[in-house]
Amino acid sequence: MSSNDANLLNTANSWVREGRKVALATVIETWGSAPQPVGSQLVIDGDGNFEGSVSGGCVEGAVVTEAQDAIETGKGKVLAFGVADETAWEVGLACGGKIRVYVEPVTGA
Amino acid sequence: MDISVLETLQKARADRLAVAVVTDIASGAQEVVAQRYADEHALADALENGFRFDKSGVVSTDTAEFFIHIHNPALRLVIVGAVHIAQAIVPMAKAAGYDITVIDPRGAFATEDRFPGVALHADWPDEVLPEIGLDARTGFLALTHDPKVDDPALVAALQSDCFYIGALGSRRTQTARTERLKQAGVEPSRICGPVGLDIGARGAPEIAIAIMAEMTKALRLGLDT
Repeated sequence: MSSNDANLLNTANSWVREGRKVALATVIETWGSAPQPVGSQLVIDGDGNFEGSVSGGCVEGAVVTEAQDAIETGKGKVLAFGVADETAWEVGLACGGKIRVYVEPVTGA
Repeated sequence: MDISVLETLQKARADRLAVAVVTDIASGAQEVVAQRYADEHALADALENGFRFDKSGVVSTDTAEFFIHIHNPALRLVIVGAVHIAQAIVPMAKAAGYDITVIDPRGAFATEDRFPGVALHADWPDEVLPEIGLDARTGFLALTHDPKVDDPALVAALQSDCFYIGALGSRRTQTARTERLKQAGVEPSRICGPVGLDIGARGAPEIAIAIMAEMTKALRLGLDT
């Protein structure tokens, strides 16, 4: 875990303390040349503000949308992105890799 | 993720404790497992492997799929010698995620002006190093060129688990140092010197790149590859 990850945890916690609704997105699996390693995270709030990275910019937009959905429903879900995916043409990974991202709301605040 | 899990992770980082978050991907259920209790866990093998290689990942059992997110203690870099090259290394090491400590008994070198935002110790390294504790997530550099300062620090580093030991100095300096350390009763072959990958570095910033590259290699691949 790098200090960047630690900064993200601090960001997530301070956003929660400010009363913002927060979700975390975490890369749980990668295949091929994915730009961000497993464990990389994105912190997202209910307004779509985000910090961190799960793909180096390719799929963050889609992850942010799904994260806001997770904040609404209170449930986590797994997202898959990659060239084999139907949505790849819209939000694909230009590097040709595939990733799975777990999106979960921060609860209990 | 419950806010309490987030707070546990922050505390573990402050205490330099290795922990993992285990998530049942289907249900979202989560638990935090400390490394020292990993061997008692149902996913003991995967957890211990993850801690050892600093590798998070998905494991599947007959009934469920789990994501193991390893949170090892932060990488740390301890630099003996608040010298010009150290000033070039600090911002790069920070960007790579290291917590940095700089030690130099010469108070004129170890100043906040020269090293803003770095943990500074204007003391002799052999006095400071025991309280800092060099562990397997720590890299170590001796950069003063002065055997009085570097040698005792290198002895302490060689007796520790730190993953990288680099010492500034020419081949001749390195040979003389190796002899002194052997006489002091330690095996100095782990020391990387002349320090840094051989990329023809010129000047402090390029030497810093060479050192950061060598330390990264030690961390990710080991130096034998």
